Amino acid sequence: MAQAPTSATRTPVRPLSPHMTIYRWPITMTMSIAHRVTGCALYFGTALLAWWLIAVASGPNAYANFQIAAGTWIGRLVLFGYTWALLHHMLGGIRHLFWDMLIGFDRAEREWMARATLFGSVALTILIWLLTYFFTGGLR
Amino acid sequence: MSKAPNMRTPLARVRGLGSAKSGTEHFWHQRLTAVANVPLVIAGIVIVISLLGRNHAAVAQTLGSPVIAIVMLLFIFSVTWHMRIGMQVVIEDYVHEDARKLALVVLNSFYAVAVAFASAFAIFKLSFGV
Repeated sequence: MAQAPTSATRTPVRPLSPHMTIYRWPITMTMSIAHRVTGCALYFGTALLAWWLIAVASGPNAYANFQIAAGTWIGRLVLFGYTWALLHHMLGGIRHLFWDMLIGFDRAEREWMARATLFGSVALTILIWLLTYFFTGGLR
Repeated sequence: MSKAPNMRTPLARVRGLGSAKSGTEHFWHQRLTAVANVPLVIAGIVIVISLLGRNHAAVAQTLGSPVIAIVMLLFIFSVTWHMRIGMQVVIEDYVHEDARKLALVVLNSFYAVAVAFASAFAIFKLSFGV
């Protein structure tokens, strides 16, 4: 093995396969990452759901504290983000269930479903918040 | 690797729990809870939104009523089960050191069970009024 070429003589001529950065970034990759990120966000968000339920079960004072926290601008932002993450993960999950049945693997179908997940989740989130404000007069 | 001849057929080895002792159980449970989550999440969103503007007495009464309580309990168990498997996959993907991975998988289970039981306890308390 004494004749093994050094790395200096080998590297310049070796053909390289195109790496990730060469390809155009497809929307399906973004949606794949978004599915995992929203899943992780929802994981920690369930603690807020537990807080809400425990606050209601604990009594009016604990519930009032939750209402105050939820009513701040950062509380509203978290709830809005929670709604979007939930809907995005749900629509993305439905997309995965179709893939499990071997439906929707064509390029056009993949891209269409990825766009539908994104626009659907944003549209549904805005619709739900508008309806909430319309019917309850906002989060009191 | 053992030198002893393996008399079991490949089919026998992948049946049931398989060679990894867990088989496709996690995959199946992830899909099972995912399917359950779709109607439960929609129901959960409707319940939460309908309660957002209400005072404490109204919220406590609604969450304690049998149908709402049952839906919320199903929602909580399906979601926490689903998220426990999901986070375990994330941990296994990114954490490669055995001790840290084991610790995080254990913490993941503790967190999921704690959220599930805390939420369930709150709903039971509202339902039974104790």
